[in-house]
Amino acid sequence: MIASGTMIYWAYDPYKVGISGFTLFHFFPDWFYNATQVPHKLALGMAIHFAFAWLFAINGIAYLVYTVVSGEWRELAPDRKAFREAIQVTMHDLGFKVPLPPQRRYNAAQRITYSSIILMGGLSLVTGLAIYKPAQLYWLAAFLGGYEWARFEHFWLTMGYVAFFVIHIVQVIRAGWPNFRAMVSGYDVEGVEAHHAD
Amino acid sequence: MPINKDGATEKRVNPPLSAEEQLRRRTRRGFIGLGIGAAAAIGGWEWLMSGAHEEGDIPPRLRSILQANESVVRKTIYSNDNLAKTYPASAIGEIKVNGELGMDDDVEPGEWRLEVVPFGQSGPALKLDLDDLRRLPRHEETIDFKCIEGWSTVTQFAGARFSDFTAKFARGSAGAPSVSMETPDGEYYVGLDMHSALHPQTLLAWEMNGEPLEDEHGAPLRLVIPVKYGVKSIKRIGKVEYVGERRPDDYWAERGYDWYAGL
Repeated sequence: MIASGTMIYWAYDPYKVGISGFTLFHFFPDWFYNATQVPHKLALGMAIHFAFAWLFAINGIAYLVYTVVSGEWRELAPDRKAFREAIQVTMHDLGFKVPLPPQRRYNAAQRITYSSIILMGGLSLVTGLAIYKPAQLYWLAAFLGGYEWARFEHFWLTMGYVAFFVIHIVQVIRAGWPNFRAMVSGYDVEGVEAHHAD
Repeated sequence: MPINKDGATEKRVNPPLSAEEQLRRRTRRGFIGLGIGAAAAIGGWEWLMSGAHEEGDIPPRLRSILQANESVVRKTIYSNDNLAKTYPASAIGEIKVNGELGMDDDVEPGEWRLEVVPFGQSGPALKLDLDDLRRLPRHEETIDFKCIEGWSTVTQFAGARFSDFTAKFARGSAGAPSVSMETPDGEYYVGLDMHSALHPQTLLAWEMNGEPLEDEHGAPLRLVIPVKYGVKSIKRIGKVEYVGERRPDDYWAERGYDWYAGL
């Protein structure tokens, strides 16, 4: 979705970060387009995007249903203390000497992040539909601030996924092999030594 | 299987695995699952992108999905009661000229004629001039003209509704499945489903932002169809033909874009 979305965005790429006349960063510079081979693929990009949008939606809905039915949402939903704890976790991970709050399967920062990603997925679907059919879904486009705003929101949600992905990968590498093994197998072992001593 | 003294088979019981062994097994399974998933994804991608197609067009399976999407949209959310948002005159934006296909030859407004071929007719085509069209009820609209590239500009158009035009000059053609339009030189051409063509905001326009249509914007007569991307709003129409084909030829659809291009 991100690759085909970039093919579409290339055909009209007005977004930049900067102050009034000064551009700090233009999405995207030529070196990025050259490296990714994105240019001149609008038609193909649209076709891929509107095909995989089904997969994106079905996959997202299936995930949501599974999480609710299995009760695993309890492991993911942030609780009332989550924001305070998430700040502690983040400070700790950035190297500050902050004690970690008690950890469960997912810490507070993870819970907030993973829940946000699901919410963002829903928003991507909704903003995408508003861009796709702004005349038929005029009420949806209006709710999102209009056609152009919907495109802007759709773009920045994607930037959010990219940021999530990068931080996620860095954190997985930092957490090391036992954590990665737990991600892959779905299981973790606690107190292995004690078990062997039995 | 081992057999005990009285001949009955004995079920062999594996010794229980240690936690470490169980974890190793599950990890292996996890990686195998990931590998199968990755292989399936690559295979699925290859399948989707394969199949013979014209240079510049998209693979046939992607085309089928676009057409399936079109069916879903037409059966669910599409309605001629859904109107594209309209704007006050103060919102009119800066015009961008994008597309000169079929506009190479200069057309003298006095000499220009619109050829009309009603549905199922084989005789000579009807030839209309701009005055014939001006006698239809005038309709104005200020809409956000959306390019398939992603940009859009609020623009005001004035002309006649295509539905009024059809009722007057091509009676009985509203039941045709599609309508085909082309420039006088035949260089640019679009195909439209009749439902969208009869949408109340679909205009045959001769004025833009309060001025007579300029050459570069498709003088003397252009289509404005706000329920579709700008590629369908053909400039300088030379011929309108009501056809039985489901998807008549379309310049950009032949170059990889969605034929329907609906908004």
